[in-house]
Amino acid sequence: MPEPPKQPRIGVDEWVASAAERRARTVAGRVADVVEQTPAAVKLVAFALPFAVFPLLVESDYLMQVGIDTLIFVLLALGLNVAVGWVGLLDLGFVAFFGLGAYLYAALASEYAGRDWEAQFAIPAIAVAVAVTGFLVGLPSRRLVGDYLAIVTLFFLQMWLVVVINASFTRGPNGISEILPLEFFGRSVTSLDGYFYVALIAFVAIFGVLYLINQSRTGRAWRALREDELAAELMTMPVNRLKLMAFAVGAGVAGVTGAIFAPVQGAVFPANFDLVLLITVYAMVVLGGAGSLVGVTVGAVLINASLEALRDPSDASWLFYGVMIVTLVVMLRPRWLSPVVLGGTVVFGLAAHELAERWRPSLLGGTSFGEARIDELVDSWVLLPENLVTPDGLPTGAMGRLAYIGLIAAILGLTLVRSRLWRMIGLVPVLYLAAFVWENLLLAQPAVARFVLIGAMLVALMAARPQGLFGKQRVEIA
Amino acid sequence: MDWDKIVQLLVNGVTLGSVYALVALGFSMVYGILKLLNLAHGDVLMVGAFIGWGILGWLGGAQDPSVAVWLLLVLMVLAAMAGCGVLGVAIERFAYRPLRRAPRIAPLISALGVSFFIQNTVLLLYGANFRSYDTFDLVDVEVGIHRGPLNIWVIRLVVIAAALVMMVALWLLVTRTKLGKAMRATAFDREAAAMMGIDVDRVIVKTFFIGSALAGAAGVLVGLVFGQINHFMGFNYGLKGFTAAVVGGIGSIPGAMFGGLFIGIADAFSVGYIEDFTRGRLGSAFSDLVVFAILVLFMLLRPQGIFGKPEVKKV
Repeated sequence: MPEPPKQPRIGVDEWVASAAERRARTVAGRVADVVEQTPAAVKLVAFALPFAVFPLLVESDYLMQVGIDTLIFVLLALGLNVAVGWVGLLDLGFVAFFGLGAYLYAALASEYAGRDWEAQFAIPAIAVAVAVTGFLVGLPSRRLVGDYLAIVTLFFLQMWLVVVINASFTRGPNGISEILPLEFFGRSVTSLDGYFYVALIAFVAIFGVLYLINQSRTGRAWRALREDELAAELMTMPVNRLKLMAFAVGAGVAGVTGAIFAPVQGAVFPANFDLVLLITVYAMVVLGGAGSLVGVTVGAVLINASLEALRDPSDASWLFYGVMIVTLVVMLRPRWLSPVVLGGTVVFGLAAHELAERWRPSLLGGTSFGEARIDELVDSWVLLPENLVTPDGLPTGAMGRLAYIGLIAAILGLTLVRSRLWRMIGLVPVLYLAAFVWENLLLAQPAVARFVLIGAMLVALMAARPQGLFGKQRVEIA
Repeated sequence: MDWDKIVQLLVNGVTLGSVYALVALGFSMVYGILKLLNLAHGDVLMVGAFIGWGILGWLGGAQDPSVAVWLLLVLMVLAAMAGCGVLGVAIERFAYRPLRRAPRIAPLISALGVSFFIQNTVLLLYGANFRSYDTFDLVDVEVGIHRGPLNIWVIRLVVIAAALVMMVALWLLVTRTKLGKAMRATAFDREAAAMMGIDVDRVIVKTFFIGSALAGAAGVLVGLVFGQINHFMGFNYGLKGFTAAVVGGIGSIPGAMFGGLFIGIADAFSVGYIEDFTRGRLGSAFSDLVVFAILVLFMLLRPQGIFGKPEVKKV
């Protein structure tokens, strides 16, 4: 290959042999090692315990709702991890299975459908039905290389949305709203706390089942075929059947999650199961570390918590500046570099502010969108031009758009700069520009900004640390 | 038989099909060389549509263009091609190249991220409202061919002709030039091509530029014919383009052209007739079901597509 060898000499034996040593040198690697050596039961308890006491500590309904949502996201991430993390298949129809589970629950237990199945029958029936659907969807691509599965499943998602939005029996975009609460052996779950514990029990059960599957013959076969499909086939593993199985198991988990989600929300709408949700769940799996049960659980909790924080401009600011500073401190070596860069950025901002005050006061006339104390500090530092955006947060002229596109170009360009000195010098204005774009554009539309950030995070993560926080680094031997 | 309707649907289908073919070409070229599903390809088309719209507005808008109409159209297409070409190269450089040796799924997830990022960036900068090209103000709807059942608006002719010209140019590029030879060699066996002295990275960059430029042009053509654009339009065209590429035979250029036309015509006719055939039970929104059925049938019966060769696994 003409590519010059990048820093790790991949494929060289000594490099492979010293993989464990290198892992032990980084904090994340050491954490991952500890996690790996802990027995699964301990991990499960470690996760379940804080969740179990959560309702006792929390009073507000809003936080309870966030807790339930988090558990639902964790379940989704666990389900997606089967196909994506263990087998390495790109399943783009995953949220359709989640939606199918929710709509099936609506069909089995709602006033609209006129049925009131009890949950102990409905949930297993839905799990089986959705798993079978997953199997059928995967079937056409069984003779083909893995990539075609992505197209079929993406199209399946589109089909799902077309049917749910347009069919009369699903009542289109209005959704089905008279869904009955979960009812176990004659007792209905009525409180948020109750639903929280139902979701928690589902989490413990599914985590346990998936752990056992992963330890079993099937689990090993899955991982083998992810590493090398051809070799696995030559070892007489039924590759196609294994893929379909993984696909169906993932779909089944999604179906169960849907069956819990529908009564929690009390209604189902097509908009609950779109591409945005799909990418969010992917981000959870990838951030935590595809293939690691602990990883995807942590990933789901982290991402859902961040998404919630990003809803509110003040919390969002704390999160944004916090993450930025922590990233700088962790990434920059030697250690004295990060205070220098941060100091430089502050000075740069103050200078820009001073210049603007003298020559172009209109650059300071705007107001910040956040209300936290941090925003008052930022007001005297970042340029806030008048009328850069409309009250809805859309850029009014070319300046806002240019600043945004310029920021992306500058960040990408910075990664190409070879000289370390120039990269550090360039980092200062880029950081300032990032703060400018954040205060003026992103904070104006937090709902969109969080998805921009998720997309950027996915790309950056795949390039910088594809194994995520807890995943195992793959050692490829070319 | 209602001939007027059939002819009209055929015209619609060919117009739509030439757009799908352009998308399928870029998609298929990249797949041929990198074995990578470029899931962000549809979003590149969307950016092209917005660039064309921006140029239109900058040159006075559809009501009162400051240059001749033909020049305006040419400028819109060229600007979108240039912009999208650069975008495609940037995507390759920053999202795919670092993952050249990673497991197969890594660049696909990265592509998902790129797609999501581009969509939400446009949403952030331009909002969720549909933007209109107002092509009817630019060129009167009566201008065109009117003979018997045949009614073709001149813009449709322009779109079909433009797509045809680009496809022929691409065909000549791939079969007659040195770059085309290098592209074919790289697609056939990347390592062997590198050993023969082909700068594989440059070939990949150029492939991305050409493929994305075609998608950009397709975006402007979509805007011209159908008028409305928004940040999410790329999803539909990307999906149909992928389907066209699979049906035609992924990696094959005539396959992508033929597959595009086939899917376009199938799409148009299912929109036109699905209501009649299901006696009103399924509305035209369900026409995608037909295209999906075609995709599934092809995967079951002829997975290599019409023009493709059966895949041989190489170790």
